[in-house]
Amino acid sequence: MTQPQTTTSQLPPSASPVTRFLRATELDTRLLGMVGALVAIWVGFHLVGYLNNGFGAFLTPRNLWNLSVQTSSIGIMACGMVLVIVTRHIDLSVGSMLGFTAMIMGLLQVEILPQFIGLGNPAIWVITCIVGMAMGTLIGAFQGALIAYGRIPAFIVTLGGLLVWRGAAFLVARGRTISPVDANFALLGGGPYGSVGEIGSWIVGILACVGILWMLIHGRAQRHKFEFPLRPMWAEVLLGVLGCGIAIGAVLLVNAYPWPRGIVNQYVAANDITLPEGGTLFISHGFAIPVLILLAVGIAMTFIMTRTRFGRYVFAIGGNPDAALLAGIDVKWMTVKIFALMGFLTGLSAVVASARLNSATNALGTLDELYVIAAAVIGGTSLAGGIGTIYGAILGAFVMQSLQTGMVLIGFDAALQNIVVGTVLVLAVYIDTLYRAKSK
Amino acid sequence: MKNPNTGTPLVELRDISISFGGIKAVDHVTVDLHPGEVVGLLGHNGAGKSTLIKCLSGAYQADAGEIFINGEKVTIENPRDARAYNVETIYQTLALADNLDAASNLFLGRELVSPLGFVDDARMEAETRKIMARLNPNFRKFNVPVSALSGGQRQSVAIARAVYFNAKILIMDEPTAALGPQETQMVAELIQELKSTGLGIFLIEHDIHAVMDLCDRAVVMKNGQRVGCVNVGEVTDEDILGMIILGKKPPQAY
Repeated sequence: MTQPQTTTSQLPPSASPVTRFLRATELDTRLLGMVGALVAIWVGFHLVGYLNNGFGAFLTPRNLWNLSVQTSSIGIMACGMVLVIVTRHIDLSVGSMLGFTAMIMGLLQVEILPQFIGLGNPAIWVITCIVGMAMGTLIGAFQGALIAYGRIPAFIVTLGGLLVWRGAAFLVARGRTISPVDANFALLGGGPYGSVGEIGSWIVGILACVGILWMLIHGRAQRHKFEFPLRPMWAEVLLGVLGCGIAIGAVLLVNAYPWPRGIVNQYVAANDITLPEGGTLFISHGFAIPVLILLAVGIAMTFIMTRTRFGRYVFAIGGNPDAALLAGIDVKWMTVKIFALMGFLTGLSAVVASARLNSATNALGTLDELYVIAAAVIGGTSLAGGIGTIYGAILGAFVMQSLQTGMVLIGFDAALQNIVVGTVLVLAVYIDTLYRAKSK
Repeated sequence: MKNPNTGTPLVELRDISISFGGIKAVDHVTVDLHPGEVVGLLGHNGAGKSTLIKCLSGAYQADAGEIFINGEKVTIENPRDARAYNVETIYQTLALADNLDAASNLFLGRELVSPLGFVDDARMEAETRKIMARLNPNFRKFNVPVSALSGGQRQSVAIARAVYFNAKILIMDEPTAALGPQETQMVAELIQELKSTGLGIFLIEHDIHAVMDLCDRAVVMKNGQRVGCVNVGEVTDEDILGMIILGKKPPQAY
């Protein structure tokens, strides 16, 4: 009887343990590299803070929780930017689009809807979100149509968009700041009330574990059915333990960050609870809602990119637009759809960003396009097209945000922060180029 | 001499013209193709062979002329239409997405999907393994992007794509241009095998020896016009070269 083939069975016996490990687990070396970079940034800032101020502020539940919330807005848009860049386009307008849609949503929920359905009506946030996302989708589709059918380069169309939508945001509100937003809407931006709490976080964590295990088991069954090489059992177990470990670790982390005392007192007063003798209540934040939105977007987009025809065509167009056309793919219509999706995610991101700020300001989203593009590129999306992953872009967004947060924590000058971020971007792409050249 | 075939042709391109910016790339050309037949399309670079054939594969639309498949007039506006008539094309550039693996390329635009409508990568890979076992048994690189494949391996992916979907009419645009001798032999054998199953093949080819070996008839084009058609068995390679280079029609041509 023959041994079933495994992913390591074709390796020569001389292969190093590292090669063996990577081949067995089928982990992406790029992914490991990015996680390594992220850990290095985190530990580095923590140590620097510890040495300079005698207190490392980075690796605390509070900071990491905030980091996760701050990453959400950029991360959501970065998921869409992956598709845009993979198909050899670029979108420079997302920051301005975010500002414009946020402003429209601000006006709608603060000045228009309350007149008709009353202040505090629970439908306000729903209508506002739908309008905001629909608006983003339409703007994206319009720009996509100009690119695909008007044959204007994406760089130019979206550069125009960058100016147009920023100006439009100013015009519709005459430069005012619209605040405060609807109370329900504000929950979508996070904060103590905009988080799912201890039990909610455990539910999310357990669902994640179940999902990871199901994927591993189902994947193995599929491979078995079609007689493809299997991962060795130890590698499967390791991946399962690792995945579930990360999920549970994240839950423990967000649950370790309690509500601030002021909010607890407010909550206690409002709900008529008696505080325990002399102490205060420990109420966990749990996952913030914007982080869960990012998680959902990440999963949905990964699914779209890897499991649907749409995603397959995105990669095909990026790899060889002529081949895609000859294979009967409607490349122009695909371009419209891709930019519409980018617009939809920008609208969603505008919800998160303005809810977090509890206002719509004229400057909201300024320079976001560059952070979003940087996140996608640091995450391994190739500007030459055809290559990119959603998880990479989200990790890239975390890297960018970690750098910024870390520099603020240790008191870097704002000018110096920009220098560091810019340098890291260039360096990351250079390393990526070297990596690709070597792995070819 | 005359066309030895009788009955309804599999394909007839009748009086096709197409021009780009005032240049007549194809000028009132008529060709036909019968089941089980290999028709060579010959001519210099720029003679209009590829352009003509792209009207059949859906990449271009002719300005004038008609296309008949099995005697019925058809309109082919895009590659999807062509595929619907079982016209498969192997392009000179192979038309592969370099960043995707063999299975994704083979099924590009015609992905196998699960009942829920999601792409079924496992089944596509299994099907690809099956067809490759027949066409190129040495092929092992199923899980890498096709950019990592050799010219011959890429060619076999392109051929597998045409064969898998039960082509009735196969267009091959210089299928052996990038190949070594052994792989060229493989393609030649494949052409014979496909021909014996009743396919009609249009073969665009520069190598005159390959034409003499593989084709039943040869149509020569020059400057967008049809010089003539010969039954390959009745002429020498000198005759055909004369048609290509000088546009001189031998007495056997029609």
